[in-house]
Amino acid sequence: MSEKSNSQNAGLTREDVAKVADLAMLNVSEEELDIYTPQLGSILKLAEQMESFDLDGLEPTAHPHGLVNIYRKDEIEQVDVLKEILSSAPQVEDDQFKVPPALGEEL
Amino acid sequence: MKNNRSIVDIVSAVKSGKESATSITETCIERIEIEDKEINSFNTIAKDQAMKAAAVVDQKIAKGEPVGPLAGVPVGVKDVLCTKGIETTCSSKILEGWVPPYDATVVEHLKAADAVIVGKTNCDEFAMGSSNENSAFGPVKNPLDTTRVPGGSSGGSAAAVAAGFVPVSLGTDTGGSVRQPASLCGVVGMKPTYGGISRYGLIAYASSFDTVGVFGNSVSETALMYDVISGSDPRDATSLPGEREQILPTLDSENVEGLRVGVIKELNGSGLEGFESEVIQQLNGSIKALTKAGAKVEEVSIPVIEACLSAYYMLVPAEASSNLARFDGVRFGLREPGGNTAEMMRASRTAGFGDEVKRRIMLGTYALSAGYYDAYYAKAQKLRALLIQELNKIYETFDVLISPTSPCVAFPFGAKSDPLSMFLVDIATIPANLAGHPGISVPFGTGANDMPVGIQILGGKFGEKKIFQAAKALEVAANE
Amino acid sequence: MNKTKTDTEIKSVLPDGWEMVIGLEVHAELATKSKMFSPARNEFGGAPNTNVHPVCLGLPGTLPVVNEKAVELSIRVGLALDCTVQRCVWSRKNYFYPDMPKDYQISQFDLPLNIDGKLGLPSGLVVGIERAHMEEDTGKSTHVGDSGRIHDAGYSLVDYNRSGVPLIEIVSRPDMHTALQAKEYVEELRSILVAIEASDGKMEEGSMRVDANVSVRPVGADELRTRCEIKNVNSLRSIVRAINFEARRHVELYESGQAPRQETRHWDEQGGGRTLPGRAKEDSDDYRYFPDPDLVPIEPSLEWIEEIRKALPILPQQVRSTLVDKGASASAAGLIVERELGPLVFAAIEHGADAKRVFTHAENNLSQDEASSLDPKNFADLIKMETGGELSATQAKTVLAEMVASGEAPEKIASVHGFEAMDSSDLEATVDKIIADSPDEWQRFCEGDPQQRGKLQGFFVGQVMKATKGQADGKAVNQLLQSKSAG
Repeated sequence: MSEKSNSQNAGLTREDVAKVADLAMLNVSEEELDIYTPQLGSILKLAEQMESFDLDGLEPTAHPHGLVNIYRKDEIEQVDVLKEILSSAPQVEDDQFKVPPALGEEL
Repeated sequence: MKNNRSIVDIVSAVKSGKESATSITETCIERIEIEDKEINSFNTIAKDQAMKAAAVVDQKIAKGEPVGPLAGVPVGVKDVLCTKGIETTCSSKILEGWVPPYDATVVEHLKAADAVIVGKTNCDEFAMGSSNENSAFGPVKNPLDTTRVPGGSSGGSAAAVAAGFVPVSLGTDTGGSVRQPASLCGVVGMKPTYGGISRYGLIAYASSFDTVGVFGNSVSETALMYDVISGSDPRDATSLPGEREQILPTLDSENVEGLRVGVIKELNGSGLEGFESEVIQQLNGSIKALTKAGAKVEEVSIPVIEACLSAYYMLVPAEASSNLARFDGVRFGLREPGGNTAEMMRASRTAGFGDEVKRRIMLGTYALSAGYYDAYYAKAQKLRALLIQELNKIYETFDVLISPTSPCVAFPFGAKSDPLSMFLVDIATIPANLAGHPGISVPFGTGANDMPVGIQILGGKFGEKKIFQAAKALEVAANE
Repeated sequence: MNKTKTDTEIKSVLPDGWEMVIGLEVHAELATKSKMFSPARNEFGGAPNTNVHPVCLGLPGTLPVVNEKAVELSIRVGLALDCTVQRCVWSRKNYFYPDMPKDYQISQFDLPLNIDGKLGLPSGLVVGIERAHMEEDTGKSTHVGDSGRIHDAGYSLVDYNRSGVPLIEIVSRPDMHTALQAKEYVEELRSILVAIEASDGKMEEGSMRVDANVSVRPVGADELRTRCEIKNVNSLRSIVRAINFEARRHVELYESGQAPRQETRHWDEQGGGRTLPGRAKEDSDDYRYFPDPDLVPIEPSLEWIEEIRKALPILPQQVRSTLVDKGASASAAGLIVERELGPLVFAAIEHGADAKRVFTHAENNLSQDEASSLDPKNFADLIKMETGGELSATQAKTVLAEMVASGEAPEKIASVHGFEAMDSSDLEATVDKIIADSPDEWQRFCEGDPQQRGKLQGFFVGQVMKATKGQADGKAVNQLLQSKSAG
């Protein structure tokens, strides 16, 4: 990824957008890159608003309310929706989800 | 032109046997089929299921069996909430035709209360937007002026109530998506405390921000819906444990005498820019009304509000980019062909997602990626912590906070085509989502072009009772 | 590669001057009834997509909820490996693959449940445990094509039965330096997981999977060079062969002026056994870890941790170290634990038997099966008879064998055999008589050089044994011969 700079785009380049589209499994055309890059750059520039606040010593908060230790008991729940699920799948064979082959060895 | 039957009216007619739930539902659906062609507030009208559900209510009444508090009441449900046997699309091509095999928990609550779900309402795709211009099934029009937007993302749910199709509907509020369209359509819209209402069955946009919300024509009808759908849920690990305080029973008997109200300086026209002067006029009117009713109103400054928009747009797209990864064409939804799975996934997602969704997914992916996590994501989480800290302090000396819901009234289609200008519309609503706090928007007068203005009341964690109380006082004043 | 040889035949796996550095990542499926985040059944086998639920299929709108039992079992594993159990957070590991229902895996990244433990091996090596964290398993894809090889495949079929099964991932520090140590580590870890009932450890069913990180360096250096990860080696034998192959491959590269690339490789049994490069993408994936917003942190209370610790069974390495504390050699301790003789040995010592004799008998004279029919008190009594001089070592061995066969008490067996206590004055009298009967040999014994003395000692002891029908204690006879020849 390229270096951030203090520009209109928060340093976001077309290559950055292309790479991110790739990671997100999206096909983006050259024309779309031209449109998306400045749009995304201007939004990233918003992040500068956070600079004027002293955030030292604060713990990043993933949840607003600090809940901990929420569990369920180790019990089995049988559901009867398998047929429905398989019938609304795009392609099925032998009760399994059928897809084109993956590239590379199976993990 | 409002043509609204209240819940009280419908339920008493049905319970007394004066009218059948079936006939009420039929009338309701007929009207939607004709008038919604213009408004486009519904993606799906579930006629068969609705008629069946209405028939069950009628049978119960005939047998003298007890019925729930929403007996026979037609309800609209935002198309991001799973409804068993009814197509659920999130207003996206990628889920077109998908029928969930289960109900969201809130839908189960509605059914247990004997409500009749008449259809799935239109919204911005995957709840991403503030104008309902981002739906794959066409925009929703504001029933009060069809050249203008209804707001978003729950534009369909707001419009359905504003048009009088249904008395109440469910929406979702992640950054203001219930409060803001309520404001633009002139109805009541309420967002609960995060974790107060179950998210099970709500197709996730941003998991630590999403809440189910309620639209109604009045504060009391909105309160009743809240009472019906709120509660803890073992299937949602982020739902807060414990019982929920019921709102409706004491709504009329209590008042705002002595209520400590804080006017947020940054949002009262003298702070952040972009607030229309008529909107500020109505804010001042609402402050006068509350003061007259006995509340203690003072100005309060929350400087960190100025950075909330940026923190929001780092965190929400990040969560969304991960939540929407499952839409890959393998197990459900749209599949486009590809020579291998990666090609197939890319093709499906590219064909299935609209522009705004793609933009937010890319933005979120960037904010989480190696080298940028600290600068964007982690920093925004710290800002979130700062906001919560500041608000907790403020709620020690104030009961509720007040501001306009939206800086502007409903705007024309295409007026805010630049994404950033659209984001600014949420400036007053976003803080409550970052903090996980409840908020309610109440119609209060009109602004430019005679379009309605909404006033927002905010509360601390589980401050629902207080915000409903203040909302009720404003409603009374607005109707005088 | 030539025909494979056993490790004992290979004098040195690597050329002189090189050593290997090995770290192991072991994934074990936890023995719960339901899955990690969904209430679907956690069971091996089963028709495809029958042990599934909307949650572990990642259907839109579904949410994960943590299985409390999985956390309990994971804490058990952490305590058994001497880890610190801490507040932990769930992370999302984001990547796209058809066997991933959400296209992210819920795991633990920067704040795992267990950290900084250790595992002592029977041979004495102590391997550090960096972390042991919880995560969910993926589904399985089967490739269908003409040859069954991935590159010729027509399509894949995905079964999500395994998706969402609770896993614990145990990451060792790179403290192993031979493939045999790695094998020993896996065996010991497996025996612990089975002993504490956290997992059934069946490599053949995939409930335990091993990935090996291998690098090499010059002997004596403490650097860490480029390492490769060998994935999914699914038997103990393959682990040894894969590690040795990979280490040799690295050395060959360095010695030819090149260097190994950091990559993930796969063990291929065909063609004599070799590692092959995996997907290049595996190495460059940016997983964009962040805390899972659908789940809340786990803060196990001190009370809960103590409760779990108290309920832990005694572990192999604890038994070994207790035995060594009581005077057993490391090898005896290892054998005793391997044959599960621990309870018998400790009980016998409790009953007052001499620990050293107990260890010797256990090591030399008792198999796992034999011990199972032996009563500890009887065993202790036998040893007391031996140390008290009532029985010679030879006689004790005979009695022990019969105790195992018949279950009878030692006193009874000894008297049936006529193994009576031999009085020490009787013994001396017998020795005196033998000396008197062979005066020439006695003279040569007293005056001879050590070699002659040795031979004659044997003669006299033999004579005494004959005369006493084997009841004499050999040691005592030797002592008498020495003292009488000196005097």
